[in-house]
Formats: sequence, structure tokens, C-alpha cells
Amino acid sequence: MALEGLLVLVLGWKLAIDAEIYKKVVLASVPRPNFAPRKVNLSVLMSRKIRIKKGADIRLKGRPATTVDAAASTATYAVQPPNYHGVTPKLEVKEGAAVQTGSPLFHSKETPAMKFLSPTSGTVKSIVRGEKRRILAVVVESDGKSEAVALAKIDVASASSDAIREAMLSHGMFPFVGQRPFADVATPTDAPRSIHVSGFDSSPLAPDMEIVLQGRMDSFQAGILALSALVGGDAIHLGTRPGQAAYAGLDKVEITEFEGPHPAGNVGVQIHHTLPVNKGEIVWTMHAEDVANLGETLTSGKYTAKRTVAATGSEHPAPRYYQTHIGCELASLTNGIQGDSVRVISGNPLTGTHAASDGYLGGLDHQITLLPEGNDPKFLLTAGWLSPGLDKFSLSKSYPTWLLPKSKEFVMDTNTGGEERAFVVTGQYEPVFPFDIYPVQLIKSIMANDIDAMEKLGIYEVAPEDFALCEYACTSKIDVQDIVRDGLDNLKKELG
Amino acid sequence: MKALHNMLDSIRPHFEEGGKLSRFWVVYDSLETFAFTPGHTTKNGVQIRDGVDLKRTMFLVIVALIPALLFGTWNQGHQYMLSIGEVSVADPLMMAFFDKMLIGAIKVLPLVVVSYGVGLGIEFLFAGMRGHSINEGYLVSGMLIPLIMPVDVPLWMLALAVAFAVIIAKEVFGGTGMNILNVALTARAFLFFAYPKQLSGEIWIHEVATSKAGGLLVDGYTGATALGQLASTVGKAPTEPAVMGVMDMFAADGMFSLTNSFFGLIPGSVGETSALAILIGAALLIWTGIGSWKVMSSFLVGGLAMGAIFNAMGLNAYMTIPAIHQVVMGGFMFGMVFMATDPVSAAQTERGKWVYGFFGGFLSIMIRVFNPAYPEGVMMAILFMNVMAPLIDHYVIQANVSKREKRMQLSLSQRATA
Repeated sequence: MALEGLLVLVLGWKLAIDAEIYKKVVLASVPRPNFAPRKVNLSVLMSRKIRIKKGADIRLKGRPATTVDAAASTATYAVQPPNYHGVTPKLEVKEGAAVQTGSPLFHSKETPAMKFLSPTSGTVKSIVRGEKRRILAVVVESDGKSEAVALAKIDVASASSDAIREAMLSHGMFPFVGQRPFADVATPTDAPRSIHVSGFDSSPLAPDMEIVLQGRMDSFQAGILALSALVGGDAIHLGTRPGQAAYAGLDKVEITEFEGPHPAGNVGVQIHHTLPVNKGEIVWTMHAEDVANLGETLTSGKYTAKRTVAATGSEHPAPRYYQTHIGCELASLTNGIQGDSVRVISGNPLTGTHAASDGYLGGLDHQITLLPEGNDPKFLLTAGWLSPGLDKFSLSKSYPTWLLPKSKEFVMDTNTGGEERAFVVTGQYEPVFPFDIYPVQLIKSIMANDIDAMEKLGIYEVAPEDFALCEYACTSKIDVQDIVRDGLDNLKKELG
Repeated sequence: MKALHNMLDSIRPHFEEGGKLSRFWVVYDSLETFAFTPGHTTKNGVQIRDGVDLKRTMFLVIVALIPALLFGTWNQGHQYMLSIGEVSVADPLMMAFFDKMLIGAIKVLPLVVVSYGVGLGIEFLFAGMRGHSINEGYLVSGMLIPLIMPVDVPLWMLALAVAFAVIIAKEVFGGTGMNILNVALTARAFLFFAYPKQLSGEIWIHEVATSKAGGLLVDGYTGATALGQLASTVGKAPTEPAVMGVMDMFAADGMFSLTNSFFGLIPGSVGETSALAILIGAALLIWTGIGSWKVMSSFLVGGLAMGAIFNAMGLNAYMTIPAIHQVVMGGFMFGMVFMATDPVSAAQTERGKWVYGFFGGFLSIMIRVFNPAYPEGVMMAILFMNVMAPLIDHYVIQANVSKREKRMQLSLSQRATA
């Protein structure tokens, strides 16, 4: 008996060592696929498939029907500088000024050539300021004429890198380019290693990109061509779901297919699994709809700020898609729902912002979500911490709902479900964080403001949105995304 | 429930800043949030949050402890009745069920009350001083501590141990979530080192000393635990009559047989004896994902491995106890399920948990056999691994860091050649 036990141990040990040798010697001699950008575009043949295992789909009620309606045109539109992280706005207009679609409203203090354009024609109604006179929004009252500034048309297939870059700045498209590291608006003078676009959105109740891009694939292709001129070669990467027909036959783009739960659609996850960002490298990112807007703006010479917004959530009377423009009034998308019992979120439930029901669609948002407010105290036995919770979706298995079929959808309110506590439970972030990064340790290094440790632990690769599921799942109710945002800002300050 | 909430709301002003009872705000706050999950809503970041919180998590651990608590209560009565010959081994276990539960309850309940009373009192004090709200961590520690105590431990000793553990092991490090050592094990270790004589004495079976003095004690009952008995064999030849007598107790029909040890019908700390009751708790912890199955399984493998190695060596009588018997005796199972898995003091990385658990189990059996002065090797092993956990994590994370650095070097060299 004892000897047998020992034998099993020794055998097991030997097998483990053998496996290690096999990995090191045999597998290492097998040629690896070449991940470097290719000269020939064979995107369909070359497409690679990557399976994301970690993550979770939060199954909320209120998915949009596939119908797309034109939203009622709204009286006012707002461009909101806080949407564009890292940009300090410098106004170019005063209240009462007449503007057209495509007139600059303000520019970036850091890069004066980077213009932020009006999505409508009319007059500047108000400049909304917050603390320390920070500009929160420039509100334009629409005159309904939609007169547009004629911008220079660009031949995206032949234009030079510099011409495209200048056009993107002057045509108001550059603010839609994000960057890693730092997860903010890109710096136009940088030379990015590659540009990444996610071809699908995996967040809860997210819009289906095929519906969003319906009929706009020519513009999308034009946008891709423009971007590829910026980085040269085929350094444009598009992440798609397996077999997404809409993206077949695109030129100048490297397609990688991603399987798996949210956050597989986050561009940061896709970058990490294709060409991870190393210290000293910069990559740019752009939302697929903004790529189409870029293509349309450059080829038509008319500022295009289209949004096909998924109006979603359990409190939305008729979840569906609306065609509208950036900065429209949220009231035009909420079917008149308002009041204290409903929260209007510009964006998705994980990364979106709590907006007033008379607020405006965020500049980088493609979705609105209406959820019940959870501001009522919950008695411990009926709805609180001791309740059976048969209607509570939870990533922890302490609620029995994980046994229900995967098709079941849940109503979730905005209650925090408990108070903030010290960090106790471990092993909770890792299963929803598909990076080869230790999330808890990275967060702790940020809290300690230890730049060196942050670098070593991989902060260059992450954005706050990548931690959204960690924050959702956190038993101790820690504001993980805020912490990561602080870390990235501190890092940027430190690096100068 | 509206009425209760209205009542809480109506007395709230007394506890708020400027109220008469404002120094007791912590007490009010903890009671209110106990009864009602507050209507706090999300602000920045995620707009929805998971329904799980620390209260629910901790409560589920307590639920997982209930089988061990109930069985332990019964077993303390059972052991007492066995020791005075009131019932015999041959009698059905259900015989005198209520008497056994009553005797057990008379002993165990005060332990629970003292543990919670002293521990929570100190927690409230510190929370009040720091202006924090109460963290729920002690709800579990407060239940664990009585379960790893000998049944006749004097209550003042218990109170002292709890106070020491909560203040020295937890609060000085900053409270819940910051401690390096497991709080409950620190309480036990404190008693073990501060009162070694009392703890190795006749306190493992209720009133065993009195019974002995009164001549009531049944033959073979010394009030020693399985590990205590085995420790007495170390340093003696396996052929000595005394040693053979002890080993007989571990044979199939002995007092500490594998069956008895598994079901827990043996003397020992209140909650540790029944592997079965503990495994029921383990099943709940694993099912709900609250206890790390990685730590538990590697801990078990570690213990079995050390046991098997000892079996193969067979140098003394203790080493010949089969590995499977080793792991169901003493505090091994309890430590494996409820102590080693404490997320705060265990390794924090998933890979680290494997290493942490394995060596925890491995060392438990090693210490128990090698060092008879410390029969309860599990306590020492887990405390030791608590101290080692940050080191294990450091190496796991360092591997990840150097992987990233290599990737960067590779990318740099590729760009240089391009």
C-alpha cells in the first residue's frame, strides 16, 4: 500500500518532468505561426481563430430587437469634452455663435490642430461648465437645416500618411482614435505600431455590429484604407466573431476571429491575444462605427457623426436600434422614460456613464441602457444578503441561479448589493480577466502608486474597461475601473 | 419590514454626528446594514454589481461549519458518557441522544458566546476608533475558534486567546483583509504556547479529571486525543508493550480505528473530530466557490504524500499509521477545509495556491510525526505556510513579470533587425 503510493508519486513526478521536456524540446522545434504583418492580403485564408476562455456574459433583460428606426431629430446636440479622456478643450465658439455641421466647436489644448466639430447646424446654445470652470458640454441648438461645412475630400487609397493624419485632425475624426497604453485619445505625432479595431461588441446588451454597419461597408473599407495609410503595410487588425460574413473580402486588414464570452470583444483583449503591447510601443484603437464615419467623412468631405444606437435595458419599453447622431438628446432614444426610478446609462451597463434623463449621448457611446434604480434598502431575508436570490444573476455561485439554463435573462438594478469592504476574497478577478496579467497585484501596485511595479505587472496593456467585469464581480465592492484609470493617468504624468 | 426600517430610521438621528449616542454609530450602522442591505447605488464605473457581498460570503462559511458544530456538540456528550461508562461503544449511537446534545451544548455554547463576545467587542472598539464600519471577517473566525478548542478549556483562557488573536494577529496589521496569520489559528497557537501544560492536560474530554478522581473512568480513557496517544510512542521501540497498546487503539476494532476517526467518534477539539461533517462543509464551500478547491485538494495530496513516505520509511510505530488514517485524525481535515482556505492568509495567486496547499498538508503530517511535542502539526504547518504565502506569490508573479520582460526584449530585437 505504502510502496504503491510512493510509486504513484514518483511516476507522477516523472510524467510531469517528461511533459516539461516535451514542451521545451519537441514543441519548440515545431515552427510557430508567423504573427508578423504580411505583405499579401489573404485575410480570409489567413484569419486565425483565438478562443478566449476567461470572462463572463451577464445575461440582462432588454436586448434590442433587430429593427432599426430613425430617431426623432432632437432640438439640441451636445459635444462633451469629458468623453475624450486626456483632452483639455479650448473653445473656438461663443454662446450664440452660428455653426454648421462640421464647424469646429473647440480644439485640444495639447494638439491645437485636433478639432471637435459640431454634429449639427444651428446656434451654440450654451457652454455647460462644472467645477473649476471645466467645460462639460457645448450645446448646439439645431436649426433643422443640416447645412454642412464643405471639408476637403481625400482619396483614401492614394493619400499620403501625413495628408490623412491632417485630414483626420481637421475633419474632427482624430478624437475617436484611442491609444494603448493609457487608454485615452491618441497623440497624433506618435507612430503607432499597429491599429486595432474590434469588429464586435461583447458587453451586456451590446449592439450587433453587423446591424450597426449595415449598408456602410464601403465607408468602413474606406476608413480601413485611411488608417492603413497611417501605419503603412497591413498593420490594421480587425477582431471578429468566427464566420462573420459582413467582414469577408475586406482589403488591407488582418482578421483574427475570437470565440468566447465578454470581454472577448474588448479591443484590449484582442490586442493582448494577437500582438501584445510592450513597454515603449504604442498602438491605436478605433471603434468599428467610427471607422465607417472616418471613411465617409474623408470620401464625402462632410463631417459624419452617425450613430446606430442600441437602446436597451429592462426598463426600455421597446428595446431596438435608433439611427441618430453623436450628442443627441437621450430623450429621443428612451421612448419618454424618465424619473428617479430608472437610470439612464449612456453606454453599456459595465462601462457606461450615469446620465441625466435630459442628458446627451456620449461621444464614444454606441448604446444606451435603461435599468431600474436600486436605491431602496433590501431586507436581509427577502432581497438582501440572506435571501435565496432566485432572481439574482451572480458570477459567484453563492446564488443558486447559476444552475438555471443559460438562456434565462435577468433584471438587475443599480444597487451595489453591499458596502465596500477590505479586499478579502481571492481568485475572483482572474476568471473574468482574460489577460496574462495578475489583476489584483496590478491594482494593488496602482493603489500604492508604485510605477515600477505597475510597469512590470503589465499596465501598458490594459484599459479600465478591461477590468469592468472584475469590478462587477468584486465581493468587496472596490471601484476597480477608477483605480485603473488613476493608475494610467499617474503613469502618463510620470512618463511626461 | 417597512415597520422595522421606519423604526431604524427613527432612532438613526441619535447615533449620527451630534446625537447623544454618536459614539455608538458603529453599532447602529452594523445592525442596520445587517438587517437591510443599504440602498446605495453605483456611481462611476460599473452601473450594475453582483449581488454577492462579504456578509453573504462569510455567512455561507458559517453554514458550512454547522455540520461540524452540531456533530462536535453531540460528540462531546458522547465522549463524556463513554468515558464514565454511561454508554458503551456497542450501544447505538442515537442512545441518549438528547442527553449527549445537552452535555455538549452546556460546554460548547459558552465557548461560542465567549469567542463572539470578546472578539466582536474588540472589533467594535477598533472600528469605532478608526471610524470604519464593521468588517464581517470575525463572524467566521468567531465560530472557528471554539471549534478548534479542547472542550474543557477555561473560558478566561479562551477570552485571552481571542483577545490576543484579534488584536495582535489582525488589528495591528490594519484589520480584516490585512492580517498575515490566520486569526483563529493564532488564538489556538497562543494557548498552545502560553499554557502548554493545561492544553496537553486532561481537558479533551469533559470532566475527565473529576471522573478519574471519582474512580468513574472506564479503562483505557486517559483523556488523551489520538495524536496525544501517538505522540507518546515516539522514541520507543515498536515492540514495547506500551507502544503496542497504543497501536492497538488504531487497529480496526480500536478506539481510534479508521472508521471511528472518519466519523469522528473520538476525543478531540470540538469541531475537528468528524471528517465526515467537515467534508459536508467542504462540499458546500466548493459548490459555492467560496473555499478554494485548489488549496483543499493540494493540501490533501500533500498530507497523503507525506503519510505515504512515512509508511515507506516505517522507522517507528507512528510512521506505520496508513496515510489515509493520518489525514482523518486530529485537525488535518478541519485545517484543510476551514483554515488553509482562508483567502486573506493563504497564497493569493491561483498557481501559488497549489504550492501553498501541498506544502501545508505535507508539513502537517511531518511536524506531527517528527515533533511529538507539537502533536497538532496542522496548526504549525498552516501558520508557517501563512508566513510563506507572500513568498510563494512573489515567485509566481515574478515568473509572469520576467515573461513580459522577455517578450519586450524579443520585440525590441525584432524591431532592431527590421
